Formats: sequence, C-alpha cells, structure tokens
Amino acid sequence: MCRLGVRFGPAARIDEPCKGRQSADVARTAHRLLSGMMNYSDASIGASTIAPFLSLEGVRKTYPGVVALDGFSLEVRPGEVIGLVGENGAGKSTLMKILGGVTTPDAGTITVDGVAHDGLTVEASIGSGIAFVHQELNLFENLDVAANIFFGREPLRAGPLRLVDRTRLRTLAAPLLKRVGANFSADTPVSALSLAQQQMVEIAKALSIEARLVILDEPTSSLPLAETDKLLDVIKALKADGISVIFISHRLHEVERVADRVVVLRDGMLAGTLPKNAINHDQMVKLMIGRMLKEREKAAESARPPGAVALSAKAVRTSAYPDRPVDLGVRRGEILGLAGLVGSGRTELARVLFGIEKSLGGVLQLDGKDLVLGSAADAVANGIFLVPEDRKLTGILLDLSIAQNISLPNLPAHARRSLVSARAEAVTAEKQKRNLGIKAPSVATRTGTLSGGNQQKVVLAKWLAMSPKVMILDEPTRGIDIGAKAEIYGLMRALADAGVAVLMISSDMEEVIGVSDRIAVMHEGQISGILDKEQFSQENVLLLAVGKQPK
Amino acid sequence: MSKKDLGLLILILVVGAVVAIINPRFLLPINLANTSNLIGLFGILAIGQAFVIITGGIELSVGSVVALLGVLFVDFIATRGMGWPVALPLILMLGGIIGLAHGWLITRLNLQPFVVTLCGLLIYRGVARFYTADGTAGFAFGQNFPELEFLTAGRSYGVPNSFIALIVIAIVMWVVLHRSVFGRYLYAIGKNEEAAKYSGIRTGRVVMAAYVICGVLTALSAIYFAMYTRSISPASHGQFYELYAIAAAVLGGFSLRGGEGSLIGVILGTVLLQELQNLVNLLGIPSSLNFAVMGGVILIGVLVDQQWSVYRERRLMLEATRKGAAGAPAE
Repeated sequence: MCRLGVRFGPAARIDEPCKGRQSADVARTAHRLLSGMMNYSDASIGASTIAPFLSLEGVRKTYPGVVALDGFSLEVRPGEVIGLVGENGAGKSTLMKILGGVTTPDAGTITVDGVAHDGLTVEASIGSGIAFVHQELNLFENLDVAANIFFGREPLRAGPLRLVDRTRLRTLAAPLLKRVGANFSADTPVSALSLAQQQMVEIAKALSIEARLVILDEPTSSLPLAETDKLLDVIKALKADGISVIFISHRLHEVERVADRVVVLRDGMLAGTLPKNAINHDQMVKLMIGRMLKEREKAAESARPPGAVALSAKAVRTSAYPDRPVDLGVRRGEILGLAGLVGSGRTELARVLFGIEKSLGGVLQLDGKDLVLGSAADAVANGIFLVPEDRKLTGILLDLSIAQNISLPNLPAHARRSLVSARAEAVTAEKQKRNLGIKAPSVATRTGTLSGGNQQKVVLAKWLAMSPKVMILDEPTRGIDIGAKAEIYGLMRALADAGVAVLMISSDMEEVIGVSDRIAVMHEGQISGILDKEQFSQENVLLLAVGKQPK
Repeated sequence: MSKKDLGLLILILVVGAVVAIINPRFLLPINLANTSNLIGLFGILAIGQAFVIITGGIELSVGSVVALLGVLFVDFIATRGMGWPVALPLILMLGGIIGLAHGWLITRLNLQPFVVTLCGLLIYRGVARFYTADGTAGFAFGQNFPELEFLTAGRSYGVPNSFIALIVIAIVMWVVLHRSVFGRYLYAIGKNEEAAKYSGIRTGRVVMAAYVICGVLTALSAIYFAMYTRSISPASHGQFYELYAIAAAVLGGFSLRGGEGSLIGVILGTVLLQELQNLVNLLGIPSSLNFAVMGGVILIGVLVDQQWSVYRERRLMLEATRKGAAGAPAE
C-alpha cells in the first residue's frame, strides 16, 4: 500500500525557480561553448532564395474520427536541416507516413521538384529521394556493413547461380561510408558496431538510394552523449552535400544545435516555425505544449538536505568490467544522477544493485548492513526497486491490466489465503492511478494500449504502491514526451523528499543536469568522479565520461 | 466461461448431436460411460500438461512416464506385495520428483523444455522396458484390490469414478490457476518471464512448481491407466499420450508461447478429442484414419480461432479510434 502518500502534480509543487534557472543557464552556456567548439553554428543565409525540393500545402489527414493532421504546410529546401518537434500524438508519425507514401492525405498537395501530387506512393517517395532512418534500427546484426547497405539490391556476378559479388559490394559501400564519416570498414560485422555507428550504416543505406531528403526519426534517443555528437556531425556533412534533413527528436538541445529551422506540431496543426536565430529550448517547449514549462526546474530543488547513505556498493565488480571494482553510495533524500557512455557499466551496476545479476565480488550495504541479493525478489523484499531501461521487455507486462501490473510485485498483500482479491487490486490501482495521473479509461485497461509515458507511470506505480527505500531508474524518460517527462521528474523529486534514495541512470545530458542533486559519472566500469551541484556542467560530465578530470 | 470456451462447448454439442443422429448408439449409457472414463483419464494428464504450457514450456515425457510409473505401480502391488495405500503416494511422489528434476534442469541449468522432456521421453520408456525385461506387467489370476479398483475403474451411480476424480481435480486446479497468487504468477511468467522476474517474482521456483504439478498429475493418471488396462506392455503403453494432452490444451485455447488458456478450455479440449475418437468408432470410419481425423479437426479449430482473433482485434482497433476521436477535442 502506498505508505508514502506521495502526491504530485503541477499544482502541488511550490514555485521556486531561481536556482533551477541558474543551472539551466549554466547548461545553456555549456551548449554554446560546445557548439562553438564543434562548429555547428553556421547559419543558412540565402537558403530561402533556393527553390524548395519538397513542399506540402494544406495537408489534412483524418482517421476514423480523428484529425491527425490539419492544414499543415511545410517547405524543405535543399541542404536545409529542419527540426521537427512535437509531443507524442501531435501528428509527427502521420506526417512521416505521408512523406513515405504509406498513406495519402485527404486534402492538400505535395510538391516534389515543382511537380504537384495529391499524395505519394511508396515507390514515388523512394524515387524522389526521400529516405528514412527509423528510431528502431533495422539492421541484420549477423551480416556485415556492406551487405546491410545493399540488402536486396546486391550486385550479382554473371552466371546461372547469380552469386553475390562481394568485392563489388564492398567497393560500392566504401564511398558511402566515407560520406557519413564512418571510422569502420565495409566488411565489419554490424554486431561489432556501436549504436551510433549502426545509425551511420542506416544513413549510408539511405544515401545509397541517392537520397535528397533524409528523415531521421529520433536517431539519438538511444545514443549516449559522445556518440550523439558523431551523429550530429553526420547531419552536418549531409547538409554540406546539399541533402536536406528532417530531424525528429524529443531531445530539444540537440535540435537546438543542428536545426536551421524548427517546425513545431501540436494536435495535428502547425503550432509555429522558429527561424535559426529564434531556436531555443523554452520557445520550442512553449509551442509544443502551448504553455511554459516549469516542472523541470522545480524538480531540481530538493526540500531537505540528504540523509545518511542508504545503499552503497563497495568494490563491487560486474560483468561489464569484471576486473574493475565500483564504489558508489546513494543517500536518502537525494537524486543521484549516474551518467556515462553506453557500455560504461551503468546498467550492469543497476542490475547488480537490483539482484538480477550476480556481483562478481565486493559488498553491497543497505543502511550500513551487509546485503546479499540472490535475486530481484530479495531486492524487492529489502525495498530496493528498479525501473528498468527497456519498459516493454522488462518493465511491465503489456498483456496484463494496469491493476494486475501494479499488484504483481506485492501480490500476496492483495490476497486472502493466497487467493487473489480483485477488489484489493483495484483499490490499490485506483489510488495509484489518481496519484500519478495515469491516463486510462480504467485500471482494467490493458497496459499495452497506453502511451509510453503512461506505461512508465504504471512501472513507477507498482513500486510506489509498496514502500521504496531505494529507487533505481534506468533511462526513466526515454521515448516519453515532454509533458509526461516533467511529471516523472516531479515524481522522482517527491520520492526523494519523502526520504527515498533515488539513483537515476540517464544518457540525456539535460535530464542529468536538470534533475540530479549530485552526478556520478562512470567511465569504463568505474566511477570517474562525482560532481556536486556547483560543478554541474555538460563539459564536466563529458570530461569525466571519457575519463578526464573536470574543470 | 470465456467466449472461446463457449464456442468449443457448442462445437462439442453440435458434433455430439450429429453423431447421435447418424448412430443412436452414441447416447447409450454404456457408450457415454466408457467415453467419460477415457475423458477422465486423459483429462487428468491434460491438466498437468496445461500447467506447463501456461509457463511457455512443454512436457513431452508424459507418455513414457505413464508407462514407467504404471509398470512400477503394478509391480509394487502385484509382485512385491506392497499395500496400495503405500504404493499410490509413493508413485505420486516419484511423479513429483520427475517433474522437479525437469524443472530444475530447465530453470537452473537453462536447458530448453523441449530438449529436457524429449530426453525424458526416451529415458523413461527405456527404463520401463528394461525394468520388466520388455515383458508385460500385469496382475496374477484372481488378484483383486476391491477398494483400489472401485476408486479407479469403478462407478458411482453409473458415472465412472475416474470422471468424478477429473471433476474434483479440475475444480481444485481451476481455483489454483485462475484465482490464486501462484496462478497469477504462472500467467505472468508465460506472458513475459523477464518482466515477471523484474517484478520480484521468483520465476524459477514457480516454473519448477508447474513441472512438479504436471509430474504428480501424470503419476495419478498413470495409476488410473494401469488399473484401466490391468496389463502393461512397456513398449507401447502410453505412447503418444503427451500429444493427446498437448492437443487438448491447444484445442482448449492454450498458446504454446505461454500465458494463455483456461482450465475449462483444456477440459473441453479433452472432451472433444475423446468425442472424435468415439465418432471414428461409431461412424465406421476406418480406425487407421483415427489420427488423421484428430489432426484435421485440431488444425481447423486452431485456424478458426486465429482468424477470429484477427477479426476481433481489427474491430477493437476501429472502436478505439472512434473513442479516441470523442475524447481528443478535450485535450
């Protein structure tokens, strides 16, 4: 049962934005500093005089009863990078489907190279050079890079067997890889590549069909800090070649860095367009949700000083880096951010702290007492809860109802003589649904039908219904839109204020800096440093993430 | 009772009516009693199998276990002079131990259920044949166990006691599967074992328990089968029984991927299978076609079910978009 009595919501929080804004300012300065260093600041002067490659006018699309897109117009000029932002359900995916030719609009025209169409077909879309790179990578891990790029279009050798000409395949792939700035060769197996490198392969694949417009759908959502920079470099290279890019992302600071123009969608309509010099985080958010957002800043304020160390790892070794011991302690009442590159051992550490993975050495301590975790069940019994990275695979059971998901870890408490009481489950679930603002018709709704943000709230709800001592969150807001994000931040803060030790693993720089009270940075399996609030900056986090000393 | 189960029940009644019209002997008390006896025997097996299938596993060694434990039971009470009240719990325990061994290999050593139980299928059959030196285990002339025979092969008010046993077991297992904490865990693990583990469920223990339940129920049905046939030739006794059990579960709406199915479904599946067997006999269809008829009916049943759920999903989605439209302007 919810002994914490956590209640949150925009109205319940006290407005105290001062310090928060300061830290946001620091973050922004860091942006500029980094942007300057990496040369992302070239303005697209004179772009408006070139004829657009693609333009949409008055496009409208309705599904049975829903207006997905209404009166939407957009021009894409050669070599222009357009940032497309909007909350989930704002109409981005419908727009993508129209551009990809998967669906045709009910009204409006699509003009490609001066030729007007009522709608595109998939062939016409590919034929006019529109290529997609989706959020989920569609690569065959067991094949090499070249085979992936030309999959289904392999050059064949003469002869009745029509064997694949491997040599030519590689010579064809090499220049494409060079264009995306790849530092790996065409015969590398995809399984050996990092996520950013796999994105590059996807982009090279897009280029191989002579793309003139590359649409990147949330390409950075699974990329860590340093890898993101590589990808943004690739976008810049595409732009230099005169290829247009539509960049869809929830990570607004990245949009800020690369976009020449930002187009904001809200409820299927064009909420506004921001020219290069007017692109900033607050403006985008304002257009996206129709109001200014304060929750994130508020989330950074802790109501009380942190208490004693709740959970600590002493010389713990994990499967990621079996030879490197990790020391880390998270205190009651604080949000400890855990940053670092993907593969730095953060997730493995979280799995050890939650008992899913056996530690290879060292000790765990809870409230100063040694703790042995044989399984996740042991961790749960001790009040250590994990909100895992992969929501759909490990966080919730999509086929079960909201109520069944929430009661699952604490089912015996919802049962009499080990027979489950559906009423007790509903009572708990209703309470959590109210407290967390889970948007669903009822607690009997299947969780699979909910949006990402609401699913994440269900994951949180099942732990909040018990009494957490330590809450570990692994990428808690990945793929979640900005409104729900703010609510989750507020919830984490409310937990910390109630005396829970909160450990948040995140690759989203903005989130790490905006939400944490302290930031621990992992580098190759070890904590390379812990930053206190006054040392917070993107630069410091990045420096620690690559194993250097902060300034 | 879910719509799926209701559909199956209607199918059973329709097939029954057709057979009864063509051959009225279908409704003779003796025929009904014989069929319900077989339903009882196979039903107990199928419930055990259902508990394993719900976790996403499979138990292929059922037929061999029926042979091995049947041989042992007959040997214990007929030749070794063990009292049946001792032999019966001993056999059930052996069944439990076999289930535990399978569960342990699957959950602790991460072997695939198919592989573990396939090896079981071969091993237990071999051991059974070795134990009797490939001879037939049976009772000597005039050897009688009145109480045991009444409980297993007898009748109360014309109803075979094996069928009554099935009803009692089914009610208990229905509560366990559909109302208990353990049952919920089984469904959760079947749907997504990882997520269940991340919710703090000791999934290994739960899965092991499912195999133990299957083992014990299989042992019980082995005793029933032994007392029904009264002589067991270990080379062929119980052959393909695992497939009867799996077929009953699949017909009853279980998914081999786990997490789906109801106890009523598996009982109805067993009833339909036995009805089909009976149909083959009564309608003068060559008994060599027995398996073909069964396979055909299962295939059609699964196909109809599949198409039906595709249709329903599409309708649900349309409804959802309509509802979404009504709620959208409020945002």
